[in-house]
Amino acid sequence: MTESPNLVAFTPERQEKVKEIIARYPEGRQKSALLPVLHVAQEQWGWLSSEVMDHVASLLSLEPVEVYEVATFYTMYHLDPVGKHVIEYCRTGPCCLMGGEDVYGHLKQRLGIDAGQTTADGLFTLKEVECLAACGWGPVFQIREKYYMNLTNEKVDEIIEELSK
Amino acid sequence: MAIKILTEHINTPGIETFDVYRQKGGYTAVEKAIKTMTPEEVVEEAKKSGVRGRGGAGFPMGMKWGFLAKPEGVPRYLVCNADESEPGTFKDHHLMKTIPHLLIEGMIISSFALGANKSFIYVRGELMYVIRILEQAIEEAKAKGFLGKNILGTGYDLELIVQPGGGAYICGEETALLESLEGKRGNPRNKPPFPAVKGLYQSPTVVNNVESISNMPWIINNGGDAYAAIGVGRSTGTKLISASGHINKPGVYEIELGVSVEEFLNSDEYCGGVRKGHHLKALVAGGSSVPILPAHLIMKTANGEDRLMSYESLSDGGFATGTMLGSGGFIVFDETACIVRNTWNFSRFYHHESCGQCSPCREGTGWMEKVLHRIEHGHGSMHDIDLLVDISKKIEGNTICPLGDAAAWPVASAIRHFRDEFMWHITNPHEASQPGAVYQGEMALV
Repeated sequence: MTESPNLVAFTPERQEKVKEIIARYPEGRQKSALLPVLHVAQEQWGWLSSEVMDHVASLLSLEPVEVYEVATFYTMYHLDPVGKHVIEYCRTGPCCLMGGEDVYGHLKQRLGIDAGQTTADGLFTLKEVECLAACGWGPVFQIREKYYMNLTNEKVDEIIEELSK
Repeated sequence: MAIKILTEHINTPGIETFDVYRQKGGYTAVEKAIKTMTPEEVVEEAKKSGVRGRGGAGFPMGMKWGFLAKPEGVPRYLVCNADESEPGTFKDHHLMKTIPHLLIEGMIISSFALGANKSFIYVRGELMYVIRILEQAIEEAKAKGFLGKNILGTGYDLELIVQPGGGAYICGEETALLESLEGKRGNPRNKPPFPAVKGLYQSPTVVNNVESISNMPWIINNGGDAYAAIGVGRSTGTKLISASGHINKPGVYEIELGVSVEEFLNSDEYCGGVRKGHHLKALVAGGSSVPILPAHLIMKTANGEDRLMSYESLSDGGFATGTMLGSGGFIVFDETACIVRNTWNFSRFYHHESCGQCSPCREGTGWMEKVLHRIEHGHGSMHDIDLLVDISKKIEGNTICPLGDAAAWPVASAIRHFRDEFMWHITNPHEASQPGAVYQGEMALV
């Protein structure tokens, strides 16, 4: 589990990245940077604690509530600590037609957790998501930026084994 | 071999790089447009092409461009909608990751046509790896003088920004997308004013889908009339179809509009037929929100004519016997698919994705999901079927944005065409709620 950060500051590289993002928008429109900057924050801390969100608010000259209302609206932002690997499993129709529900059952059994939970070793968090726009290659799940497609029980076992090393 | 406007070079090794894309004739349309044409002439070619919004609405793109207000001294914006999230649709994902320069070239031409100097590509946040591919391509184009200040020495400036979303289907609705781009929750705006008058930052804005914009290089190189000569009637050009479900060859295919549904489904050039040993039961032709049709109505119209992959033919018969082309999300169901379970699944999706602004949608989607859940799980009553129809009617047309309609149509159409299957779930609750149980009663399979 990632601990709630005591000292909230972006790494120097990410500070640069955040500056570059803010500079993309017309003057006075720095609020547009909110979603991208929250992605950078989540990349660094794994999830968005209120300290992190307050820090982002101050960087963009926003009220904290403007950040909270956005972070709670969009499903990609994790508002609680998560495991090392967050498995975002597609539960939408086309994936289900390709056996997505059976593979999901196997995955849950393999990890011994249900949606929204994290394994005891802190390695995996399981999250159900809606359509990932990869329906022709279903069943699908995503871990960070990587798509895992055409999943079968065997493939799931291999992926979990690989990531457990 | 059918004509390929978007995907001709998609399998060329290295096509994601500037150099290979350029070798294949890439960026010649940018040169032609900004060096030899006026913005008005580019708009005119788009109008002549008849190309229609490929995100699902099917509104003519050139006409949409024509609505853009041009007050003096106010910046105008072009925003590309790459928030592809409609279940069954994955064509933009495929196009952007394989041939990113096509979209960038289209963005430069379209931005020039609209007089925009700062344009955005709003990509769903889950596709972060595609965002990185696009950003890399933008850097290359900039280094070669096709983006940035004084493009190709013409004095035209353009900055292209890739914006990630945060995971919200609703941001595919253009005004929700603009809210999101401004750093807010994705709540659709009341219209009017339309984005063409007050869009991003209250400035005149055009929002177009990835595939729509990606047609522009070909249209500039070959002319709008040549584009309009492809296809059938008012369904001009080609369309990317995302094919999924129970078929032999799932994937993204570029078709000339007007090929028959039967050819698309059964030909080896496309889906390769329903998976071996099975039969077609139902089909969703345009993404999860369009009406589902039973096998006999998708292959032939109610008048017995061949159903074609075109805006007009798919909607022939209205919602009584027809459907829509929508985003081209072609989802195939064979006889092992349970229509009730799938309808419940789609309903849950729309409930999850409702922004919560309008009460008919916020409450109605949840209510439909709940009723469908109880039918699927063996606790339904006959009254529930009419209740679902009633709720769907009360959502449809009563919300700020089309998500309400998108949630209502799959439910209403499933009941319209598969009422027996719903009734079977209710009269045989024990059997129907077993895992994998599927209605085996009389129905027309193809």
